Amino acid sequence: MNRLIQDLWYAFRNFLETFGAMQLFLLRILAYSPKTLLTRFRLIAHEIYAIGAMSLVIILICGLFVGMVLGLQGYDTLAQFGAEEGLGTAVALSLLKELGPVLTALLFAGRAGTALAAEIGLMRATDQLSAMELMAVDPIRRVVVPHFLGGVISLPLLTAIFNMVALFGAYIIGVSLMGVDSGAFWSQMRPYVEVADVMEGVVKSIVFGVAVSVLAVFEGYNAYPTAEGVSRATTRTVVISAIVVLILDFMITAILI
Amino acid sequence: MAENGRDNIILIEDLYYSRGQKRIFNGLDIAFQRGKITAVMGPSGTGKTTLLRLITGQLVPERGRILIDGQDITALQRNELYELRKRFGMLFQNGALLTDLSVFENVAFPLREHTKLPERLIKHIVLTKLHAVGLRGAAELVPSELSGGMARRVALARAMVMDPDILIYDEPFTGLDPISLGVVLRLIKRLNDSLGITSIVVSHDVEETSSIADESYLISEGQVVASGTPSELKTHGNAVVQQFLSGMADGPVPFHYPGRDYKDQLLDRD
Repeated sequence: MNRLIQDLWYAFRNFLETFGAMQLFLLRILAYSPKTLLTRFRLIAHEIYAIGAMSLVIILICGLFVGMVLGLQGYDTLAQFGAEEGLGTAVALSLLKELGPVLTALLFAGRAGTALAAEIGLMRATDQLSAMELMAVDPIRRVVVPHFLGGVISLPLLTAIFNMVALFGAYIIGVSLMGVDSGAFWSQMRPYVEVADVMEGVVKSIVFGVAVSVLAVFEGYNAYPTAEGVSRATTRTVVISAIVVLILDFMITAILI
Repeated sequence: MAENGRDNIILIEDLYYSRGQKRIFNGLDIAFQRGKITAVMGPSGTGKTTLLRLITGQLVPERGRILIDGQDITALQRNELYELRKRFGMLFQNGALLTDLSVFENVAFPLREHTKLPERLIKHIVLTKLHAVGLRGAAELVPSELSGGMARRVALARAMVMDPDILIYDEPFTGLDPISLGVVLRLIKRLNDSLGITSIVVSHDVEETSSIADESYLISEGQVVASGTPSELKTHGNAVVQQFLSGMADGPVPFHYPGRDYKDQLLDRD
């Protein structure tokens, strides 16, 4: 029993230490970010391509199918109350406020977060980061900040694309397959989907972008410099990102609702 | 810093460093002379690479001073340390080339980061350095297309592109074929002699290192066990030195890692 309490205490202390180190890491990144945005935009643009553009396929496919499923489920439920015409509104609200930001962040963590962690972790394992330090180049400014900013900029854009495609998926199912009126599908959104709903999704996608990106670069940067260390860093990135995204989602929803 | 007729560029005094529970350095004292090639040798695991990381400020010692031209690097702020590092060039064991950049861009990397030189001049400097290591023709290749020896030569070109005062080589001969080894060996000697650079070569390749070193240190158990010219080391009376130089499997440095009694372990006796 004593041993169990001791282990739990160590685990808790370890968690606090890592959490604190990550906050300091994020503060350092944020302090360097404005200058990096101004002076190294080419590096950031390269990361937006590598992280964002290269994630488009998974976002497009998943977005389409999520939208189609929402279309089917939404129609099935609304039809019971004779409110099929509200399908567009129901799908739009659930996508903009919840599913869009959350699902995109989870997909992003799996596709881009792991790539970020693995890339930086491998740079650590092959002494590339040490070599930079010895060339008097700060790897945080040169490598970490551009990767981080690439992630933070990409995720809201990917979320917008996900929402758009998913809405299109719901439209295909609802209008083309189930016979919902096309005009009603779109026009019902106008009075019910407000700017605040869109902004809630935007805020969430930015917060998730910061959270997933900092987790990925932190795990990669602090990876143990072995094959196993890099593998552990990528796994931790996905697992912790998923948990953090869902916790943050609840917190933001609770604040904004 | 002149001391006893020596002009020391790096002076390490009473250095203590531990990794976890294991003591790596136990009051280490070493001096590196300006413009000379100094070899640091010792059995695997004695902390040779750790010593380099301490000298370059990547690790912080528990105790002791590391003076570079009289400036204690353990007391420097981060930006002062980065400024000082511009005087260093380091060749890593595996080259540590940036894998997403071409050979040319790898060598140009420090110039692009630290200077605002026009592109034409950068091209000129990079090609000159690549020519010096015999790889001007490989400028457009990427690191994955290079052999181990070529990668190390590119890393050497990169290490000297900022014209450093001190060039540090971490195990430069490990895993090289005889031709690449000879090339790297001659390059180290030639760079040192023609550019007046101070060279620190960390290695356990006794023959190769001794052939170019002006002075050698042999470290074991966290301290210097012998120092002097390669020929002085050969006649040194210390048993560790003789075991290391002659490559004997067992001796003061044991062949077996400390553990339980062999017989007891086989018979599962506690």
